[in-house]
Amino acid sequence: MRLYFKYLSVRLRSVMEYKSSFFLTAFTQFLLTFTAFLSIDFLMSRFGAVGGFTYEEVMICYAVSYFSFAFAECFFRGFDTFHQMLGNGEFDRILVRPRNTVFQVIATRIEFTKLGRMAGALLVLIYAIGKGEIVWTLGAIGVLGLMFVGGVVFFTGLFVAGAALCFFTVERLEFLNIFTDGGKELGRYPLSIYGKEILAIFTFVLPFACAQYYPFLYLSGRSDSLLYALAPLACFLFLIPCYVFWRIGLRHYRSTGS
Amino acid sequence: MITLSGISKEFRVYRRDAGFKNAIRSFVHRKVTIVPALTDISFSIGDGEMVGYIGPNGAGKSTTIKIMCGILTPDKGSCVINGRTPWLERQAHVGEIGVVFGQRSQLWWDIPVGDSMALLGDIYGMSKPAVRDSLDELSQILELEDLLKTPTRQLSLGQRMRCEIAAALLHRPKTLFLDEPTIGLDAVSKLAVRAFIKKINAERGTTVILTTHDMQDIDALTERILLIGKGRLLLDGRLSEIKQRYVRVKSLVAYYSGAEIPTLPEGFTAVASQPGRIEVAFDSDAIPLPAAIRLLSERMVLTDLSVNETTVDDMVVSLYEDMRL
Repeated sequence: MRLYFKYLSVRLRSVMEYKSSFFLTAFTQFLLTFTAFLSIDFLMSRFGAVGGFTYEEVMICYAVSYFSFAFAECFFRGFDTFHQMLGNGEFDRILVRPRNTVFQVIATRIEFTKLGRMAGALLVLIYAIGKGEIVWTLGAIGVLGLMFVGGVVFFTGLFVAGAALCFFTVERLEFLNIFTDGGKELGRYPLSIYGKEILAIFTFVLPFACAQYYPFLYLSGRSDSLLYALAPLACFLFLIPCYVFWRIGLRHYRSTGS
Repeated sequence: MITLSGISKEFRVYRRDAGFKNAIRSFVHRKVTIVPALTDISFSIGDGEMVGYIGPNGAGKSTTIKIMCGILTPDKGSCVINGRTPWLERQAHVGEIGVVFGQRSQLWWDIPVGDSMALLGDIYGMSKPAVRDSLDELSQILELEDLLKTPTRQLSLGQRMRCEIAAALLHRPKTLFLDEPTIGLDAVSKLAVRAFIKKINAERGTTVILTTHDMQDIDALTERILLIGKGRLLLDGRLSEIKQRYVRVKSLVAYYSGAEIPTLPEGFTAVASQPGRIEVAFDSDAIPLPAAIRLLSERMVLTDLSVNETTVDDMVVSLYEDMRL
């Protein structure tokens, strides 16, 4: 962990070599959060509620999804841009250093500009919490934290799986964005509004609903099932197949060198 | 101690013919061709040796280096370096080797070299005093003091290569792999890099394995060479012997005074001729070099003379012919 902070500080110093570029990009990312927000605002101000959820509730869903996505992009960016590492031989360099490969992939790419997006999402969250009617007990705060952690784990799992695929294709596959960016965009609203089928897919195949929809039912008082409250933990299970896939890819790479 | 025995490796190459139609077809049905990258490579290198690993492009040099570094797993054969199999005990193994890929940097682009070194020290789990000691020693030999405060991106290629080598040696590896360390460097920087490699080998007893296309690198640095071609180890021996055995036809460029074109002695053929300059080829087995010079000087008034340097590629070409590869 100490080594991770060393990497972090090196990355920060590198970024600070190009201060204006950094702040402009971060600011753009900050604004980006609100363009998505505007579309929600437009819709909600007409209809007042979507699928039985109020404006403030939708905002909380949106903010948590965006925040976890931005967090995963900021700190686990290495997997998202893994095709570059394979392409330019950086991954070979990682293999000749005496540290765990996953750790190195994470530590060598930290994308601080995404902090702008996180700040934007945080702002929306604070606003929604202030206006909404949810009673913020200690348990509720805990569930909110779990939603966030589950979301980060889910998106990270997706990034890892996508990176593993790069071992076979070398190129990054754009269709993966259906799941990553798609997941983030769908996450603007509670996932139930898209219908039963979509909800089932996002529960059992890609367990994003476990981090978003189910705990939110508990949070908003629609359910008092403890299972729903703890659903975000299921996202950790999702990491297992992703990691196994990564190991398979790595073995393939080391035997083909492609 | 490095021991390779019977290392073989095949690559699967997906081929398709040019054209849009074939590109579509290749989605459904891909033709797989198996290309042998390495066939039955065996050699051993003792501690503290300096070995040149040479061969033309695509001969399998990088593949062998990657196997020895633990990046690739071979299909067959065994490789033991300092008592370990690289691809089975990767982390322990790479802690004891240093690798320089001439065309890629291992330093962080935007931060001063000294900061990169500090981070590398942490990656290799070195204590602060150990990093300082090693760095002091290296910067003395390599004259790095001024460079340590400069961001990598502002270094010239020669300066950067010196820093790259220092970075690969920071953790005092037992074995150093250099993949084309002098590529793209000017003459002065090449000399500096060569001198440094020699010094490290002498002072730290580091085993050095070097791939290069530059015959002068080989001449200056190594006594022993391993020559590889089409995935096979063709030769393992001393450079001078190999040169003598495999480079028969030499060529000379003779500069002479006088306007008329001289007639050549028997056994010589003109390769190129201009007024005042003639390039001749001859069989150095039949006519040794000193005799050749004497014969030429009988026919013309020599003002200058140069012997064309034998390139690695020339040697490989004559070896290929010899072995009917």
